[in-house]
Formats: sequence, structure tokens, C-alpha cells
Amino acid sequence: MIQFILRRLLQVIPVFLGTTLLVYFMVFALPGDPIRALFGDRPPSEAVIAALRQQYNLDQPFWVQYGLFLKNLFTFNLGVDFTGQPIAATLGRVFPVTVMLAVEALVIQAVFGIGFGLIAGLRKGKIFDSSVLLASLVVIAIPIFVLGFVLQLVFGVYLGWAKPTVGTDVSWSTLLLPAFALALVSFAYVLRLTRASVIENSTADYVRTATAKGLSRPRVVMAHILRNSMIPVVTYLGASLGGLMGGAIVTEGIFNVPGVGQKLYQAILRSEGPTVVAIVSVLVLVFVIANLLVDLLYAWLDPRIRYEK
Amino acid sequence: MKSNQDTTHFVAPIEETPLLATDAVKTDQAPLSLWADAWRKLRRRPLFIVSAVMILVILVVAFFPGLFTQTAPNDNCQLANSDGAPSPGHPFGFTFQGCDVYARVIYGTQASVMVGVFAVIGVLIIGVTLGALAGFYGGWVDSVIARLGDIFFALPLVLGALVVTQLPFFRENKSVWTVIMIIVLLAWPQMARLTRGAVIEVRNADFITAARSLGVSRIQSLIKHVLPNALAPIIVLATMELGVFIVLEATLSFLGIGLPGSIMSWGNDISAAQSSIRTNPAVLLYPAAALSITVLSFIMLGDALRDALDPKSRQR
Repeated sequence: MIQFILRRLLQVIPVFLGTTLLVYFMVFALPGDPIRALFGDRPPSEAVIAALRQQYNLDQPFWVQYGLFLKNLFTFNLGVDFTGQPIAATLGRVFPVTVMLAVEALVIQAVFGIGFGLIAGLRKGKIFDSSVLLASLVVIAIPIFVLGFVLQLVFGVYLGWAKPTVGTDVSWSTLLLPAFALALVSFAYVLRLTRASVIENSTADYVRTATAKGLSRPRVVMAHILRNSMIPVVTYLGASLGGLMGGAIVTEGIFNVPGVGQKLYQAILRSEGPTVVAIVSVLVLVFVIANLLVDLLYAWLDPRIRYEK
Repeated sequence: MKSNQDTTHFVAPIEETPLLATDAVKTDQAPLSLWADAWRKLRRRPLFIVSAVMILVILVVAFFPGLFTQTAPNDNCQLANSDGAPSPGHPFGFTFQGCDVYARVIYGTQASVMVGVFAVIGVLIIGVTLGALAGFYGGWVDSVIARLGDIFFALPLVLGALVVTQLPFFRENKSVWTVIMIIVLLAWPQMARLTRGAVIEVRNADFITAARSLGVSRIQSLIKHVLPNALAPIIVLATMELGVFIVLEATLSFLGIGLPGSIMSWGNDISAAQSSIRTNPAVLLYPAAALSITVLSFIMLGDALRDALDPKSRQR
């Protein structure tokens, strides 16, 4: 296992370096002057340009620039946004909110996705199964911002069951509506994956053995079919984190949740290039680490993975 | 011992054994090819028929919007009509700026369909070429392309698009084509991975060895024999991605970094309708419905195609 962890860690390093290099290269090194682009139509004074160049290390050669960028990223020295606030401090304040939102969304999509997927898989070909499958296609097709507005309108405005916007009042209950909107992105995939996996495992030899030795149906389903079906689903839940982070930008914007996504959304609207890059780099770091953890979890759940070459 | 539902059979009922399928094979005719077989299966599936008809209608709307509405989308915007209710000739009502919502929904189809179709073509060209080369030649070609794909893979699609749109080049030249470029740039690795896997699966098949021993060159055998046999999963993914790319374009336009405001598109219209969501939600809901229905048709088509073309999923 330790060998597997080490090998996996070593594989992460080039991916992380490559991804940050890509992000950095795209923003600061392609043709066009990023500093001038910051100002739009009104040209700034030369002194301002020089000061900004120095602030973003653009007067250094590219590799030095990138090295400094990486160093700053790892020491959480992310610079200041256009209002003069340090980005790291802002992120520290808003990150817990987004983590809460993401955890709530993850729980919702896991509970509903696995639940419906299990029932559909056990009743393959019946009416429940085909209607759930069709409904999941519809959910996949509706973009998250449409879903967000519809939920906001129906539950927040017309029915009045929840507050349509969150604002400063952040708690598990106020985040419920945006978490539902966010969860629906990957919910359908969790459902379909669970269903396929359950169908595959239902005909496995060990399930027949379990039934033959007289175990009750609930015990066979929970301990043998469901547990073995969870392996791909758990992996997918981890990988869906990337989609959740992209979705959080939209949901937090619609529901006015003071999280990372909203900060990113505001930075985009104000065209704050450097702030966008800083936040995206942190998110990519989180995503790469989360994927690493999922891989380790996968190896722990399924010993066959560990021993492959 | 608790008996399960059915104890009269000591062997499985004949429908559950492969025997029935074996008996059904007609030995006096040539076997159907994968494509003919898939077509026969598809013709009978309501999901395929419904989605194909819907896509046909959407394509006609995209290319000939004038057939569906008399109102030019921007000519008759009158502030007197601001947020107006539906009236004869204007079934969906009016936007905040007093434009006809129905006409805007009809004329907005083109941008979404264009982005989807051309982005998929771009992803097919780049992804299939790189994936096929990586899978067929292996070795260092494979390593370089796989690592490059991994790097793009670690960048979630929306986040990556956010960064790319901040580039001076893309900020200064916002158009349908730059949005297509951004999508292709970020989305090719998935197609490349799939093609690579599919090519590796058929690369070592006997008929490839036979073709090679008959003197067919390596690159010729790749194009004429390997790729056509790896085509089924590629087509399925391409259909699904068409829907995904349309959503991505709308999301970017909704965030204000996709298509420029001068281009009529569903994403832009939904973004503009945000402010009046509580007073006049119809302005937001109609383009949103059009967008969802379009994406749904492509996803349904992809689903039907996968069922027909993927023999592995068919057995279940």
C-alpha cells in the first residue's frame, strides 16, 4: 500500500506542474499585454504600468516568473485584488462556506443517486426503472443555471419554503436550496452508475452463493450487491468535485452565497485577470489533491488495484 | 431453507440462457454488420425516433429561422412593450427592452447549434487524430500525448474556460469562433483517451495482422482498418458532447464571458433576463426551455446510439 501511495504521489507532481504551467502560460505569456488589458479602453500612465509589471514579476524571464508564481501559490501569498484586499485572506474567509455547500451537495447526490440507482437496478426493465432512466436524462440536459433559477423561483419565491437568496446568513438550512441545485449536476450520473453497477453485480456468482446459503434478501442486497457496487460510485463522487467547483460559480452567483465561486464570479465580472488566475490555481490544487485521495480510497476499497504492476 | 420465487426449474429458463440467441442466428444468410444491426435496432426505439425528429426540427430552425417567425428579432423592440404579456403574434411576451421573446428564442438557436456542431468537429479532428496516433504507435508518442491529456484533464472544464477567456486575445476577439476554439482546446483529451482505448482494442486483432501481412502499410492499416472498427464509441461520445458543449457555451455566455452581447443566443438572453426574474420570469424560462430541450435531444440520441452500437451494454 505504501508503495502504491508513493507511486501515485509521484504521478501527481508532473500533472500539477503541467496544469499550473498551462494556466500561468495562458494568462501571462501569450501575445498581448496582460497589464494593458487590465485597463480596458483608458490607457494608464507608464509609472502605473511599471509598478504593476513589478508586482506581477513580469519584468523577470518567464521561468523565474513561473517559479515565483509557484512559490507564492504554495506559501498562499496570492497578492491583492483590485480593491486592495489580500486574496489569501478573502479565500480563507469564503472557503469554509463553499466547503459546506459542496459537502451538502455531495451528501444529497450520494443519498438520492445511490438510493434511486439501487432501486432501479434491482427492478431492471420495470416501469420504475425506465421512468427513472428517462428522468435522469432530463436532469442531465438541464443546465445548472436554469435549474438554479427554477428552484429559486418555485421554492424561494412562489412557495416561500426557503429564502431565495442566502446573503450573510450562512447555515446548513439556508444552503439547502443552492446545494440541491448544485447536487443535481452529478446526481443523474451517480444514479446511472449505481444502477449499471447493481445490475452487473446482481448476477455475480457470490450473490447467488449468498442467496443459496439462505441469507435474507435485504442482507444480500445491502451487504453483497450494494457494497460491491459502491467502488465505481465512490470514485465518481470524488471526480465529480471538479464539476461541483464549476457549478459552484453559477449557483453561488444565483443564490448570492458568499463563497469562493461568488468571489470568482465577481472577479470575472470586474475583469480582474490576476485574481481569477489565483483562485483557479488554488481550486486546481484542491481538485488534484482530491483526485489523489479518491485514488487512494479506491485502492483501499479494491485490493486488486493495489497489486497491478 | 427459504425457497426463492421459482423452484420448479432445475436449469435456467431458456430465455435466460444464450441458447435462444444462438438459435436465432440464421446460418443461410450473411451476418449483419454492426451498422446494419444497429440501424435495425434503432428504427424500433421510440427514444431514437423522438430525438432524431427533434434534432431535425432544431436544425431547420437554426438554418431557416425566418420560416418560423414573421417578427425580426431586434427591429420591433419598443420600450412601450417592456415586460409585456403575451399577445396575438407574440406568444411568449416581451423582454425588458420590449423585444419579442418568441423571435429571440427562434433566432438564438443558430448560435447554440453552431457552437455545438463546430466544437464537436474540432474535438473529433484533434482528439481522434492524437488518440489514434497514441494508441496505434504506442511508445513515446503515446506517453507524450497521454501526459499532455492528463494536464488538460486536471483542469475542470468551466474553470479552464474561465482562465482562457481572461486571455487578452480572447477578450479582444469575442465571437462564435473563439468560443468554439476555447471549447476544443479544453475538451479534446476525453475524445483522445476514448479513441486511444478503442484503437488499442482492435490494433492487435487478427484481421489487422492479416492486412499488414498482405503488404498494407502501417498508416494505411490504421486509417482503413483500425479506425472504422473503433468508430462506434467515438460517434456515441461525439453526440453526447454536442449537448455538453451547447450547455458550456450557454454557461459561459450566462457568466458574461462567452459570446458577445451582440450575438443573439439563449445564454445571453437568460443572462439578461436575470434581473427581471421575479417580475417577468417568462423571459428567462422560454430560452431556458429551448436550451434544455435541444441538449436533451442530443443526449437522448447519444443514449439510444450507445444502446444500439455498444454490444457490451446490449447484453445487459
